[in-house]
Amino acid sequence: MARIKEEKQPILQLQGISKRFGAVQALWKVDFEVFTDEVIGLVGDNGAGKSTLVKVISGTYRPDSGQYIFEGRAVTVSTPGDATNLGIQTVYQDLALCENLDVVANLYLGRERIRSVVPGVLGVIDEVAMERKSTEFVRELHVTIPSLRSRVATLSGGQRQSVAVARAVMWNSKVVLLDEPTAALGVEQTRQVKDLIVRLREKGLGIVVISHNLVDVFDVSDRIIVLRLGRRVATFDTHGSNPEQVVAAITGAEYGQIDSDTGSSG
Amino acid sequence: MNVKERERSELETGGSEGGLLRQLLQRLAHGDIGSLPVLLGLVLIAVVFQIANPNFLTPLNLTNLMVQISSVGTIAVGVVLVLLIGEIDLSVGAVSGLCAGLMGVLSVKLGLPGIPAVLFSLLAGFLIGLFQGWWITRLHVPSFVVTLAGYLGWQGALLWVLGSTGTINLNDVFIVGLANTRLPVWVGWTIGAAAVLIFLLASAGLQMRKSRQGLHSQSVLAVILRGIVIAIVVLGPVAIMSVNRNPRGNVPVTGVPTAVVILLAIIIAFNFLTKRTRYGRYVFAVGGGAEAARRAGINVDRIRIWVFALCSTLAAAGGVLAGSRLFAVNQSSGGGDVLLNSIAAAVIGGTSLFGGRGSTWSALLGALIIGAIANGMDLLAFASSVRFMITGAVLLVAVTIDAYSRARREQVGQ
Repeated sequence: MARIKEEKQPILQLQGISKRFGAVQALWKVDFEVFTDEVIGLVGDNGAGKSTLVKVISGTYRPDSGQYIFEGRAVTVSTPGDATNLGIQTVYQDLALCENLDVVANLYLGRERIRSVVPGVLGVIDEVAMERKSTEFVRELHVTIPSLRSRVATLSGGQRQSVAVARAVMWNSKVVLLDEPTAALGVEQTRQVKDLIVRLREKGLGIVVISHNLVDVFDVSDRIIVLRLGRRVATFDTHGSNPEQVVAAITGAEYGQIDSDTGSSG
Repeated sequence: MNVKERERSELETGGSEGGLLRQLLQRLAHGDIGSLPVLLGLVLIAVVFQIANPNFLTPLNLTNLMVQISSVGTIAVGVVLVLLIGEIDLSVGAVSGLCAGLMGVLSVKLGLPGIPAVLFSLLAGFLIGLFQGWWITRLHVPSFVVTLAGYLGWQGALLWVLGSTGTINLNDVFIVGLANTRLPVWVGWTIGAAAVLIFLLASAGLQMRKSRQGLHSQSVLAVILRGIVIAIVVLGPVAIMSVNRNPRGNVPVTGVPTAVVILLAIIIAFNFLTKRTRYGRYVFAVGGGAEAARRAGINVDRIRIWVFALCSTLAAAGGVLAGSRLFAVNQSSGGGDVLLNSIAAAVIGGTSLFGGRGSTWSALLGALIIGAIANGMDLLAFASSVRFMITGAVLLVAVTIDAYSRARREQVGQ
């Protein structure tokens, strides 16, 4: 499925992003773009700049230079809140869930629905409405969870990851970043999460999957963007390429001459 | 004033499928044992003491027991809040003493009427908690150390406030009346019946809203069964406190003591706060995963500071009740085993030391256990040496159960 990206406008676009930590040039003039209904696999070796790029996108880091363009407009994203307000959500590796709360409470954490008991004075959490909406939403995503009232602590790793992802996309998100979504998951659980990613694409989201696992990346992504030593060194159409090519780009075997000094030049 | 909230939350956290018994077994298997051990413990204690001394389960002694635990129970509600966010407050005893002392000085020495004296005492507790909470969250000092410093400091402040007087005998009608008044029998029954009725209506209303929204709702039978249990739990004690408990019978002594009503009202109000409101949800969230709460946009520091402020306010309320019950405040107010009993009550009652799990009802259950042991030992004329050792052993068992069920939960979760 060779879609012609040039005719569409990316929902999220970064241009010439550079970020330096002291002597380390973590990112150097990186361009990045995600379209709607697209899964990007963001790959690279340790220290290639994946995490830094994700943190720039999610507003945790401010880049030293470069443009942040969302839905065609240049925007300033300097806090995680800015990114969230734009509809960009990040699901980190260490799941951002409260294990002692049930699934509904986690899905709505920080955004509880309130039912007024004494108007203007006393409101209680509207558990019924929250449970109903959660049920619909979880059903829509085909996430299988024993009960929405089970505590997260009682769920399997895959179910927890699914809850974390569901939580990220529940609030009109347009772009979702998944940091190592299948790390530490079993075969069946990995499949659950990958199915979920595919369904999110069907819902029209732009998805970025950061992963070390090329098998998973090839399974779910449409395009693969490779970072090496802080630079974007290659982009593959997943369906027209093979893992060997991607590995070569990650390790630099194929593009060996690329400014090997930029990684540590100070 | 009702117990609907506790039941409601239990109702909703239960699984959506299967019978009540199966749900219960499932929760036990997941290490979710809740208040079961403490209820069994209470029954065991009651049986043992009743066999040893038939005066234990009399209306007089049971009513006395409830009044005796009102102060520690109130303080323990605050400790529950602090434990829920995974912190500790070692200053609750000293704060309760200091605030009771302030109330005594304001009322007796400065001639302030009872109500403002009590309100000022509660305000002092609130400000103390605000100060400690601010220090803990903003300066990143462990609560253990900050409140240990408070434990010493506020004790000193009590001595300073009392000055050379040493003991202040309380005489204000309102203050003394807080813990030494009995409600007329019909008022006790009315409050009890209203509580049961409100629970039933709320419970039925919840199930109706659930089924209207197409969610799994419980059968009418289950709601009625719960209603019957609640009616027994609420109206049974009302009945016990309504019969004449004066053994000589010349002057009838009847009615629910106000101290009991105050304690239950505090427990229910704070159960409502923690289980039903947004603030309470965030308290649990902070205790279960502060980082997750922060990422969800919750102002974790503010939640924490408020918890410490509420805890100290409740400590002040406990101090007021203790002073009222004893008609006096003195240099040892809030000292002795008040601190340890309050923390032990919260933990024995089933609130986890590890944060994020618990209920204000555990303050009542734990205080009942500790109070029953003390009360029963007194009846049997045991020395306090034995009482301390037995209470210590019970605490050890309770914490072990907590640690065990926590490990079990983690195991199941994997």
